[in-house]
Formats: sequence, structure tokens, C-alpha cells
Amino acid sequence: MSTAPSSAPFVQFDDVWLAYNDELLAKNQFAVEAINLNVQQGEFIAIVGPSGCGKSTFMKLTTGLRKPSMGRIRVDGQPVDGPLKISGMAFQAPSLLPWRTTLDNVLLPLEIVEPYRSQFKERRKEYEERALKLLDTVGLGGYAKKFPWELSGGMQQRASICRALIHEPKMLLLDEPFGALDAFTREELWCTLRDLHAAQKFNVILVTHDLRESVFLADTVYVMSKSPGRFVVRRDIDLPRPRDLEITYTPEFTNIVHELRGHIGAMRKAGAVINQ
Amino acid sequence: MKPRKELERWSPLLLMLAIVVLWQIVTSAFNVSEFIFPSPWRIWEQTLEHKATIAGHAWRTFWVTMAGFGLAIVVGVLLGFLIGSSRLAYAAIYPLMTAFNALPKAAFVPILVVWFGIGIGPAILTAFLISFFPITVNIATGLATLEPELEDVLRVLGARRWDVLMKVGLPRSMPYFFGSLKVAITLAFVGTTVSEMTAANEGIGYLLISAGSAMQMGLAFSGLLVVGIMAMAMYELFSFIEKHTTGWAHRGSQSA
Repeated sequence: MSTAPSSAPFVQFDDVWLAYNDELLAKNQFAVEAINLNVQQGEFIAIVGPSGCGKSTFMKLTTGLRKPSMGRIRVDGQPVDGPLKISGMAFQAPSLLPWRTTLDNVLLPLEIVEPYRSQFKERRKEYEERALKLLDTVGLGGYAKKFPWELSGGMQQRASICRALIHEPKMLLLDEPFGALDAFTREELWCTLRDLHAAQKFNVILVTHDLRESVFLADTVYVMSKSPGRFVVRRDIDLPRPRDLEITYTPEFTNIVHELRGHIGAMRKAGAVINQ
Repeated sequence: MKPRKELERWSPLLLMLAIVVLWQIVTSAFNVSEFIFPSPWRIWEQTLEHKATIAGHAWRTFWVTMAGFGLAIVVGVLLGFLIGSSRLAYAAIYPLMTAFNALPKAAFVPILVVWFGIGIGPAILTAFLISFFPITVNIATGLATLEPELEDVLRVLGARRWDVLMKVGLPRSMPYFFGSLKVAITLAFVGTTVSEMTAANEGIGYLLISAGSAMQMGLAFSGLLVVGIMAMAMYELFSFIEKHTTGWAHRGSQSA
């Protein structure tokens, strides 16, 4: 996909600070501060932390929807100064368009992103095939012509993830995508995401407050503290891949989850910054 | 469950029938003079007697209203689009529009007569002036209440403002639009009729005034009846179009 050597980081945050407006900046109140981050090509990272700690802000920085007040962000070797077109995004709410069928919802990014956009009319058949195949891989084959409101919450979220992936982005940003689902559906979707990531090797940045989810899926987990929003812990997850759901019941897995839980617990008690 | 549904379906007709019967009974029992308050039977008689005249006036009122309403759709949609998609335009235009909407549109008729003379000019413009406001407000609301997540999904892909508007904003505001058409069409009939009452020699409004001054109360009432029927028919038409184009927004009520 990219000609950049795999040693160069794909996403690079260099001492990034963000205040939401000038007033807050003058008062030195930052939503996130001193973020340093290096993500390798194809790496799956998860960011965990208490709610309101700036996880979603971090996402907006990464996609270029917001510019940092200080510091530099580079993605795929390029400085970020506007919305990136190489990323796909999915949120806790599936946010599908109710007047479009599932298929048309998934096709939406192709109507926006070049080079697909200008060829959309001529190559529509081909794109539809592609969307149908993608829907198949997440278990939504046969639901393409259904409208979003005819699908269950889990199915809508699958469709939403398909929409985030249809234009083959190099980076997938997920903001608590499984937060509103029941436990069984959530674990099913973990596996779906795991398989998609294994097959397509895109970068994933997953924001979540579910520690088991982060440990099961990610290569690296970052723990974020609340006000100030900082990365306080970086934890490599060296569990072998491919990971099976069974792994979540092994002591190694549980130990990591406990360790992360400890960091967050300590943070909530003291509100103190823990050194890496 | 089924007879209840049937009842619901026929309820408007049944209610109307009940009112007409009661009306007839009251006017007959108290022997009300037909110059004061004609009975339904008398109105019906006069309607048949003057049906050619009424039809002519009704046609005139109908097409004049449609012209004004068409103008209201074009201007209302464009203005709503502008207000809903730009914060500056919203801040600048909205207060002025509210003030304008508070003015009684009948008060414009004499001014319009000076400008355009007696006839279709004032009637079309009055219908337009009275009916564009709800369309504008609804389009603007539909566009302005866009969920930020939906916008982010597109902006992350590098979508321009225009893309967001065309792909999400506009389809999303369609139910609001059709909702507003149903309100606006009834208002447009009000506008035309009011204008015709003082500034035309044709149309239902003119018929009402001339029938009134000739003490033909039955005829005056049939004029009202015809306007009511036309407005109701158009309302139902837009209701039908709404259901078949934006069914996704009414799925709750349809499946029930």
C-alpha cells in the first residue's frame, strides 16, 4: 500500500497539545496535552481511559478534523493539516442514513472520496460487488437491500464498520464502536474486526472503555488520564496472534487486564500522573 | 382490531355528516332565516343552481393559488437552504423574517393593488407571501439540526460543505419539507381568497363578497365550501406524496 519503509512510524504525534478555543488556551486549559505517540504501519492500538478524558478529541486530532494548538502530527509521512482522506471512521452510534439501504449506506464514501467519486457512475456495478463482498465478510450478506431501521443494533454497527472500510482506508478510527451492544454481539464483532484487520492490515485506532476489548484486539494499549488528558501508560500486548476468544479466559490475559485496571483505579483515586 | 381501523378511516366523513345533520335540524327547528344562516339543504340547492358560476370562480382561485404556492416553494426552499446552511445568513435573516411573518398579509393587498392593479397580481403575491414562511423555516430547521456525527463521517473523507448538504442535509430535511407543504397549501388558499375579496373581479373571494352584498347567503356558503374542499384535496395530495417519498421518516406510524 505504501512505499514508506515499515520502520518509519505511520502515525506520529510530537508533543501535541490542544485547547478547544483561544479563551481556554489563554487559561492554559487543555483537552489533551503532551501527547507523544508512534504507531507502526498496520499496528492496532487501543486507547482506554475514564469517560471525558479526551479520547474523542484525540480521534479528531488524528483525522485532521481539529488542529493541535501546539505540536506536530504526521500521518503516513505527511503533516496533517486538514481532514485526511485515507481514514474511515465509526462511532458508538451507527449513524447510518435512514433513507438509504444498507448497500447504499456502505457505498456512501465512494461517492465522496477520489478517485472513486469521479468514476462512481460508470463503475457502480463493480463497487456494488465490492460492497456486497464486504457485507458478506461481516455476516450481512442478504441484508444489502434492507433499510437500517430493519436491522438490529449489532447489524447496524457491522454496516457502519463496512462503510468505514469500503474505500480501503489505511487507517480505521473507531470511537467506542461496540459500546452500545450486548456482551455476546460485542464479542462476535471483536472477532469480525480481528479478522478484517488480519486480512487487510490497515491501522486501527480504537477508543474504548472496555479493557478486555482493548487487550483482546490491540497490539498496544495506551491508558489516558482525565484532566489533564495525557497518555500515562503504554502497554504492549504480546499475546500471540491469531487470538481466539478463549484467550480471554487465560491467566496471561487476565493479568494484563488487571494491570491496566490497576492503573486506571490508581488514577481515579489520586488523579495523579503515573510515570511510564 | 379491524372494525376499529375501519371506523378510524371513515371517522372524518361520519363527523362531517353528523355536523351537517345537526345543522339542518337546528335551522329547521328554529326556523332560522336563510338570509342569516342558511340550512345545508339550501346551500346545496344554491350550489347546484349556480354550479357553472362557482366552477369558474373556483378554477380561477385554484390556479392563482397554485401559482402563488409554486412561487412560495421556489423562494421558500432557496431561502431555507441559505438560512439553514450558513450561520451568518441565519443570524441576519431570521429575526427580520419573523417580524415580516407577524404582519397581517391582508394589509399588503391595498399596496399590491397600487403596484399591480386589480386582478391576479395581488392574489398570486398574497398567496405567496402568506405561504413561503413555513417552507423556509422547515427547510432551514432540517438542515441546521444535522447530527454532528453524521457530518464527521463525511468530513473525515474530505467531503466539502456542499457534499454534506447534498448527501445528508437535503434528504434529511425532506420530511420537514413535505410537512411544511401541507401547512403552506392551506395558507395559500387563505391568501388568495383574502386578496380576491378586495382586489379582483373573479375568484371565490370575489364571489363571497358579491354574494354577501346581494344577500345570497347560500351562495356565499357554497363559496366557502368549495375553498375548503380544494384545500383539503391538496392537503391530501401532499400527504400522499409525503408518505411515498419519505416513508423512512414515518415508519413508526406505518408499521403500527
